[in-house]
Amino acid sequence: MENKLVVSHSPHIHGGDSIPKNMYGVLIALIPAFLVSLYVFRFDAAIITFFSVLFCVVFEYSITKFILKKEPTIRDGSAILTGVLLAFNLPSNLPLWILAIGALAAIGIGKMSFGGLGNNIFNPALVGRIFLLISFPAQMTTWPVPATAAATDAVTSATVLANLKFNPDNLPSLTHMFLGIEGGSLGEISALALLLGLGYMLWKKIITWHIPTAILGTVALFSGILYLVNPIPLHHPLIHLFSGGLMLGAIFMATDYVTSPLTKKGMLIYGFFIGLITMCIRLWGAYPEGMSFAIVLMNGFTPLINYYTTPKRFGEVRKNG
Amino acid sequence: MNAILIAVALLGTIGAVSATILYFVGQKFKVIEDPLIEQVNDILPGANCGGCGFPGCRGFASAIVKAETMDGLFCPVGGQETMDKIASILGKSAPATSKKIAVVRCNGTCEYRPQTSIYDGVRSCAIEAALYGGETDCFFGCLGLGDCVEACLFDAIHINPQTLLPEVDEDKCTACGACVKACPRDIIELRKQGPKSRRIFVSCVNKDKGAIARKACEVACIGCSKCLQVCAFDAITIENNVAYIDDDKCRLCRKCVSVCPTNSIWELNFPPRKEKTSASPKEEIKKTV
Amino acid sequence: MLKTFRIGGVHPEANKLSAGKAIQNIEIPAEVSIPLAQHIGVPGKPIVKRGDKVKVGTLIGKSAGFVSANIHSSVSGTVKKIDKVVDASGYRRDAVIIGVEGDEWEDSIDRSETLIKECNLSQKEIIDKIASAGIVGMGGAMFPTHVKLMPPPGTKAEVLIINGVECEPYLTSDHQLMMEKTEEIIIGTTILMKALNVSKAIIGIENNKKDAIDKFTQYATSYAGISIQPLKERYPQGGEKQLIDALIKRQVPSGALPISVGAIVQNVGTTFAVYEAVQKNKPLVERIVTVTGKEVKNPCNVRSRIGISFKTLIDFAGGLPQNTGKIISGGPMMGKAVAYTDIPVTKGTSGILIIPSSKARRKAPSDCIRCAKCIHVCPMGLNPTLLMNLSEYSVWDRAEKNHITDCIECGSCSYTCPANRPLLDYIRLGKGKVTDIIKARKN
Repeated sequence: MENKLVVSHSPHIHGGDSIPKNMYGVLIALIPAFLVSLYVFRFDAAIITFFSVLFCVVFEYSITKFILKKEPTIRDGSAILTGVLLAFNLPSNLPLWILAIGALAAIGIGKMSFGGLGNNIFNPALVGRIFLLISFPAQMTTWPVPATAAATDAVTSATVLANLKFNPDNLPSLTHMFLGIEGGSLGEISALALLLGLGYMLWKKIITWHIPTAILGTVALFSGILYLVNPIPLHHPLIHLFSGGLMLGAIFMATDYVTSPLTKKGMLIYGFFIGLITMCIRLWGAYPEGMSFAIVLMNGFTPLINYYTTPKRFGEVRKNG
Repeated sequence: MNAILIAVALLGTIGAVSATILYFVGQKFKVIEDPLIEQVNDILPGANCGGCGFPGCRGFASAIVKAETMDGLFCPVGGQETMDKIASILGKSAPATSKKIAVVRCNGTCEYRPQTSIYDGVRSCAIEAALYGGETDCFFGCLGLGDCVEACLFDAIHINPQTLLPEVDEDKCTACGACVKACPRDIIELRKQGPKSRRIFVSCVNKDKGAIARKACEVACIGCSKCLQVCAFDAITIENNVAYIDDDKCRLCRKCVSVCPTNSIWELNFPPRKEKTSASPKEEIKKTV
Repeated sequence: MLKTFRIGGVHPEANKLSAGKAIQNIEIPAEVSIPLAQHIGVPGKPIVKRGDKVKVGTLIGKSAGFVSANIHSSVSGTVKKIDKVVDASGYRRDAVIIGVEGDEWEDSIDRSETLIKECNLSQKEIIDKIASAGIVGMGGAMFPTHVKLMPPPGTKAEVLIINGVECEPYLTSDHQLMMEKTEEIIIGTTILMKALNVSKAIIGIENNKKDAIDKFTQYATSYAGISIQPLKERYPQGGEKQLIDALIKRQVPSGALPISVGAIVQNVGTTFAVYEAVQKNKPLVERIVTVTGKEVKNPCNVRSRIGISFKTLIDFAGGLPQNTGKIISGGPMMGKAVAYTDIPVTKGTSGILIIPSSKARRKAPSDCIRCAKCIHVCPMGLNPTLLMNLSEYSVWDRAEKNHITDCIECGSCSYTCPANRPLLDYIRLGKGKVTDIIKARKN
């Protein structure tokens, strides 16, 4: 035979989906939120995002190459994504050396110590963020006044959620919150931009609707019931939906493939508990925002959820039969 | 001061009550186990390899203590020595068995068995065997993906990177049989180790007709029955176009080795012959090992 | 809204290169090798010996068990030998090798093109005729058809489903047969309805074959109880359980046969073979094979006698392209790659697909990122990534609990996996092992 034939098991064709395709898809979905942050925080947003990505990529490359001695995996785009998501969870005036520590925690502790992409238990970007939040609480909770806000003497501002909890008279309008021209971490401010990203990811079938819907639905329902009982701003469902890291978390962080459950049933359970824990922290906890803690907590429960939820099997429920 | 005394008294009481309960429960649910089982278990190698057919060494220990005779019960890892020790504890007699060793019955190296297709998929013999006959035209030979290596708990079998065939480390092999079960082609066999580790076996399992087998592999057994004629001890049989040497009957005379036209009968650990024949394939292979 | 099945599924690029190409007859070569195992179950027992003269339609292999099928000579000539030949299974198996002399048919076979609509045979006579003609499922499963027509006691067929889905990319043999033998297939359907004693039959056709849907709808009006159902294009709709779900919204329970929901599925090719066997006394000696591939000069649909080598068919389609990397017997999703070109066409060979070497190899797999896409596409609602891990580490009890034996090996999981993981390779291995364990436990 002139050339040897290749023999392999079926299927012999592949759908063409790949890890980089999914990772870059998520990055594309993050563009609207990035544009809003550029508009609101101007050049600072670009600086933080650029260096966050740079640090994450450099750390991942060095760890795979020099410590694990494996083929570097940066081309799959997951380190870039972690970098962007980490940046989006930080205030825009964060010193770069703190950012570097956050990136090292995200990549080193959150991801590579478990064996790299696919093996980590917790969302790497959130590991980085929580690490920083606990280590540098002052720097992490002073947000610069948005460049778009009316001129005041203040250099820093509190977030909507902090005001909601500790100073409920000083609240911006809902429209502002929805569009995102209020203070906060880089990428979390504009609910509209994040929802656009969600639309793109659903259209490209990168994620399914289950997790975001479960989280947002739970939050809306929970606060809605409280609002009906006691209509104070702290219970307003729309304020909860449009403020803080909820949208960013529900759409981009909780839906991380590796750390979220596999089955649709599991995704709903996972989303429900994230919503519930977030609301509990927001209403009764010491922190004004609880999204990242809720996600990381539920990341830890993901293996358990996977163990107990099975996909809906063919022939399990017989209809009309 | 008072508080400390109360605490000590309280904890002491709880401790005493718990101890009493535990004592009675322990008495009630006591499992009387033959102390011999523990003794036998201590002698066994403790590898829990399952080569004896029981779940772990303890399972074997309790089986052998309960059994009437020791026939059919054998720890391949511990070998005769261990069995004799067990026999002396139990006051039974261990049937004499000879030490066995895993033998790979394929010598189709890349050189003698040319590749005719490319297998693309998981590096597992079981998965490749489920798909087709393999990368060469010999549908019976070693696939070389190392399911046996994976199965061995004793690090005793390895793929030789030059021949792409597995080789057994005689010092480490315990004849537990894990590789025999793992091989989807039934190439590996447990055979008597033989005096001074000398043994003779047919290193081929190709059941195809001679012509087809020979075309696929230069060193295949073609079932020509030359060995059968030369054997004085009736140790060789030919079934499905492949010869087999019964290790109970073989007296290691090596006559079959010299007559085999394809050099598919192997002799291991024999002193070199006086008259030096031209380098036969197997000697070449041995050189590379 | 077109009907389709309810769980999972993918939509690979159709690539029906040979669509609309009229069925061509292929010249019979000097020698054919007819395998004796062309069906699931016990291989046929050879009843000819070297030197015997045979005609087209002469019985050469006799059904050797309940689940087995007759094998007939597809050519006239002399039996050269009964020997082991490599077939699409990848191994050497027994086959009857016949030297061809002329093309003489058994006298009982009606070779005219006249349509015979009436069938006055009894239920049993029809099934006997199908059994003696050696008909097996021609969609690829190769399950003896007469066995399927005899539902186990206590079950009753309610509806006959004719599978004209052809959801595998590239393949067009069923499509072309439906276009050229429309009425024969409908008559075949009525015969099968009679054999099963059912009054209702549904022919399911995917919507990418609009011409076939139109033609069938037009002809079916004059036959009672037969309806045509267009289906949404989705893989693996041609799977028996998926098709039943799509057409009558009933799901066959795990481990059960389609008859448990009152359905019997037959492929259109099989239905046509039934027509020929019952009305024309013609045993299954030829079938339609699609020879295709992006580099193939003339992708075509040919009528090939059983036992002709793949090479003859490939030569007919313009020869083996220089850059061939892989030859597949069947479609790209479930077909079997073969290592040789001299493999004989069997009753289940629906196509020969040639893939260039640039597309022949799989991409290197990386770690699972737990995206759960395999779970979303699994038409059986299984958890492929879990089953793969359980198989890889031989955790058979958990694999069984997670229903590894329900897998229909459609390949949707491996097709979808963004990390290129060989999910189905391991699941197939595990399925085999678990099936063996279950069998051993029953004994």
